[in-house]
Amino acid sequence: MVINLLKYSLIFVVSVLLQVLIFNNILIARMISPFFYILFIILLPFNTPRALLLFLAFTLGLSIDIFTNTPGVHASACLLTGFVRPGVLQLISSRESLESVTAPRVENMGFQWFIGYATFLVLIHHFFLFFIEAFTFEGFPVTLLRVILSSVLSVILIVLSQFIIFRK
Amino acid sequence: MKNLFRLIYRYHVVLLFVLLETLSLSMVVTYNNYQRSAFFDSSNFFTGTLFEKFSSFFQIFEFKQVNIKMAEENAVLRAALQEHLLKTSPGTYHASDSIYLPRIAKDSSIRAVYRFTTARVINNSINQQHNFITLNKGRRDGVKPNMGVIANGQVVGLVINVSENFSTVISMLNSRWKISAKIKRNDYFGSLSWDGKDYRRVQLNEIPYHVPVQNGDTIVTTGYSSSFPEGLTIGTISDFSIGSGSNFYKIEVMLAADFKNLVIVGLVENKQLNEIKQLESINGN
Repeated sequence: MVINLLKYSLIFVVSVLLQVLIFNNILIARMISPFFYILFIILLPFNTPRALLLFLAFTLGLSIDIFTNTPGVHASACLLTGFVRPGVLQLISSRESLESVTAPRVENMGFQWFIGYATFLVLIHHFFLFFIEAFTFEGFPVTLLRVILSSVLSVILIVLSQFIIFRK
Repeated sequence: MKNLFRLIYRYHVVLLFVLLETLSLSMVVTYNNYQRSAFFDSSNFFTGTLFEKFSSFFQIFEFKQVNIKMAEENAVLRAALQEHLLKTSPGTYHASDSIYLPRIAKDSSIRAVYRFTTARVINNSINQQHNFITLNKGRRDGVKPNMGVIANGQVVGLVINVSENFSTVISMLNSRWKISAKIKRNDYFGSLSWDGKDYRRVQLNEIPYHVPVQNGDTIVTTGYSSSFPEGLTIGTISDFSIGSGSNFYKIEVMLAADFKNLVIVGLVENKQLNEIKQLESINGN
């Protein structure tokens, strides 16, 4: 229990730091920027109470907001991601598999499942984030293209991180 | 009553979601650049120190670039000094300190009104709709809100929040900021803003049709905002068109300052700003 608390606090801090110090400075082709930090929401254990999940997601988003001077933007996007996560899990996996293991990891659930799951959440998060940030549906195709291309990059980074730093 | 609690308990997740989402969306909507709480600002102690530590680590790699830029600026200053010495009558040396920042302070009246200092950029972004810059100088170094920020004599942004040791700057690449600007060749002015699409281009609006406009025309500050002296370079016109059903041009301006590569910036303080603001506020009422 205590070990879990320490482990997830560490994942929280590392994802926020990586995001604000490194990934926030990335901008490819003037439209693609990765939002790696939702890795934290993706990795939380299956049995996290839904209310706690919402609180953690909100706190995560707010931490990013403080660094980027965008109060509410990341918080609202993370909150939505945290809210839909249990539904997404039910949708893409069987009940038995969710009860037999503790956390959504590559080694628990398989490579393909993890990519599908990460893509689902990243797309929801990025779609909401980019449209809240733009605060308009004007130029819809451009924003949609940004959402899709940035999501691809974020998913690649999140999956890679599973083999490099967050192995355990 | 018991049923009510049961209902709340049953839907507590949805209720919590709606509550927090309303809270965060209202933060997005009511958020105002000029009256923000210091907590949500990267000039606060914690984030400021973190950014400073991190950027000073990478500073080693920036030295070469900074050197080249300073050499370039030196060359420009030296050329201006020569020009100035030629203009003044031969034999006399009353060039005094107009050699200091000559591209900005051409005459003594501007020198008397504006004060210049420098600061280092410790955080900067260009990939959002609302970009901000954090500087390593704050109240203790005499930085105040509404000071203009320039790089190589080109407009970069405006100081909006100041803490003891740091300050945040609203970047020109922020769709919430507008600044008045004019075409240098004929002095027609309009308002300059960013549409959030391309970090190298901003848009000049409110220039009427009858004004002759050319690609390559230089866009400079007007001095109306009082934060910048008149005539600072902003960029050049890269494209213009006539919007349908409107009486104004749609002008694309290629920025002169390279926002992706800001290291050292200059801060401009208008010593008469308070007096101007006070006088103008009388008209407002």
